[in-house]
Amino acid sequence: MDQFTLNLLFVGASFALYIGIAVWARAGSTSEFYAAGRGVHPVTNGMATAADWMSAASFISMAGLIAFTGYDNSSFLMGWTGGYVLLALLLAPYLRKFGKFTVSEFIGDRFYSPTARLVAVICLLVASITYVIGQMQGVGIAFGRFLEIDAFWGLLLGSCVVFAYAVFGGMKGVTYTQVAQYCVLILAYTIPAVFISLQLTGTPIPALGLFSETVNADGTSSGVYLLTKLDLIVTDLGFASYTEAHKDTLNMVLFTLSLMIGTAGLPHVIMRFFTVPKVSDARWSAGWTLVFIALLYLTAPAVGAMARLNISEMMWPNGVNGEAVSVETINTAPEYNWMATWQKTGLLDWEDKNGDGKIQYYNDKNDAMNEKAAANGWEGNELTNFNRDILVLANPEIANLPGWVIGLVAAGGLAAALSTAAGLLLAISSAVSHDLLKGQLTPDMSEKSELFAARVSMAVAIVVAVILGLNPPGFAAQTVALAFGLAAASIFPALMMGIFSKKVNNVGAVSGMLAGLVFTLVYIFLHKGWFFIPDTNSFADTVEGSMLGVQSTAIGAVGAVINFAVAFGVSSVTKETPQEIKDLVESVRTPAGAGAAVDH
Amino acid sequence: MAEQSTNTDARAAQDAGEYWSANVRIILISLVIWALVSFGFGIVLRPLLSGIEVGGTDLGFWFAQQGSILIFLGLIFFYAWRMNKLDKEYGVEE
Repeated sequence: MDQFTLNLLFVGASFALYIGIAVWARAGSTSEFYAAGRGVHPVTNGMATAADWMSAASFISMAGLIAFTGYDNSSFLMGWTGGYVLLALLLAPYLRKFGKFTVSEFIGDRFYSPTARLVAVICLLVASITYVIGQMQGVGIAFGRFLEIDAFWGLLLGSCVVFAYAVFGGMKGVTYTQVAQYCVLILAYTIPAVFISLQLTGTPIPALGLFSETVNADGTSSGVYLLTKLDLIVTDLGFASYTEAHKDTLNMVLFTLSLMIGTAGLPHVIMRFFTVPKVSDARWSAGWTLVFIALLYLTAPAVGAMARLNISEMMWPNGVNGEAVSVETINTAPEYNWMATWQKTGLLDWEDKNGDGKIQYYNDKNDAMNEKAAANGWEGNELTNFNRDILVLANPEIANLPGWVIGLVAAGGLAAALSTAAGLLLAISSAVSHDLLKGQLTPDMSEKSELFAARVSMAVAIVVAVILGLNPPGFAAQTVALAFGLAAASIFPALMMGIFSKKVNNVGAVSGMLAGLVFTLVYIFLHKGWFFIPDTNSFADTVEGSMLGVQSTAIGAVGAVINFAVAFGVSSVTKETPQEIKDLVESVRTPAGAGAAVDH
Repeated sequence: MAEQSTNTDARAAQDAGEYWSANVRIILISLVIWALVSFGFGIVLRPLLSGIEVGGTDLGFWFAQQGSILIFLGLIFFYAWRMNKLDKEYGVEE
């Protein structure tokens, strides 16, 4: 059986499983559509939340970004896990006690203002749609690869599948489907990593392999640590070392912080904690979620480092001072087959610029390296395009693993992208139909038309995401990082102040959210281009070229500070919070008396 | 009778206040550790830890890529356990 058929088989089988579960657990009522009837055990909920959370950004994109920058991209690892500490300590138990369906309902009630609820809905839509763009990029790449078509057609096809899938059920269908998706994606991520770790270090646990010594072909230890070897190879090719810090410290801190508070401010994750039976379960549930996330996140840096080592050694089979790999080998040797298949997606390319029949891969932006290149007759880096987002999907092929592992990874990547896209679309649709239409514009809407509006808004959200996704503002994980910045600057501060301060009032919260959102969004557009259209940006998106010396991916943390400052400032000069709201805050702070959540 | 109920109310309010400040104290301690392992050991204080070698690199690199995640896990489970105990001490559990 050839690889193409094998991929189709794995992807097809996993889809049949998800759709089967979705049909079996189809949501009947609005309450089930949004929150799975609240009968979900913390461990089950944790697993589903982990699948919901780990998207194309975590699965497909993150290890690739770490592979090509090393230590500097540790922000993704710390940021996307550290946010759960904030969620567990500062938000989840209190929002569960409050007991409503959506994040904007809490904001609307706590800040006793329909305007606050409306602003929260807008913040939520902006952050979620940006997030969906990143997911669609991942879906496009995964579909492009396994159908061996251009990534653009992969994107269009993928968006149809995501839509059909998300519209099927609501949260209830999604919860059980996501448990299945978690199992598929974690197996797909771990199995190839275990194989590769065994090949390179003889350690079956990739997280330990990362800090182990490499092994020789006969299985004996070489006495050289994997990371030491990697540092040596990449610096020999003129690239920045893998383990040292090269990024500006301030930007790294702000970027990590943006990802952390963004995690705690993303509606589709917070919504999950409304579905556990008790306040104490909300606390445990956050812990279980992080356990299941950590299984992937502890493996990811190993996947990145090992893949970087494998790629460098493939391009320089005789060592960096020997001969580079020849074009003929790439075209004929079976272990280089993956390069030709990925070339079809337009995400990988090479060119024999100096016509010597070999492909020299090195950093042609490094002066010292260019001297060496000139001496050897090289005319620039000949591995002309290596999209970071293909690394994880290509990884098993690069390591020459059996065909079924490659098929499994394709299925896992799609599971990750689909589960998150579905969760986000659910958050978007509930914001539009439940908060905007039923909550504000047409309160006497029937349950049936609410569900219909929910589905229409999903369709609109996908179309918007695909259009904006045609000019993605970065690799999938970077696009997603922007979504986190937006959530960090708008939603998180409002939720936290709503629980921890009785002083912040309606006007304060609304001005804070608007200030945080507008500042962050405008800053991103000024650096990434308006609506991500290329060449409409006023500043370069580098530390030196940026407006405030902060990169657009890290600006969410600044936006959050602005949000807090404006909210407290405005609250101190406007009318005091009424007594019943102070009582509401008191009641949210103690777990006693948390009944089942109610609709209103 | 009326006096008694005012007393109970006052005690309840005082208890709620104590419960909340105990909670805030636990949160603050946890967040100090949270920031120390990630922003501290993983980023800003990394140069100070560069002398401690771990598997071909230094301790700061380990904290940035693995250590902080393990500590985050510990923190969340500690908080859940501690708060569920606190809920019982103050009789505010569900």
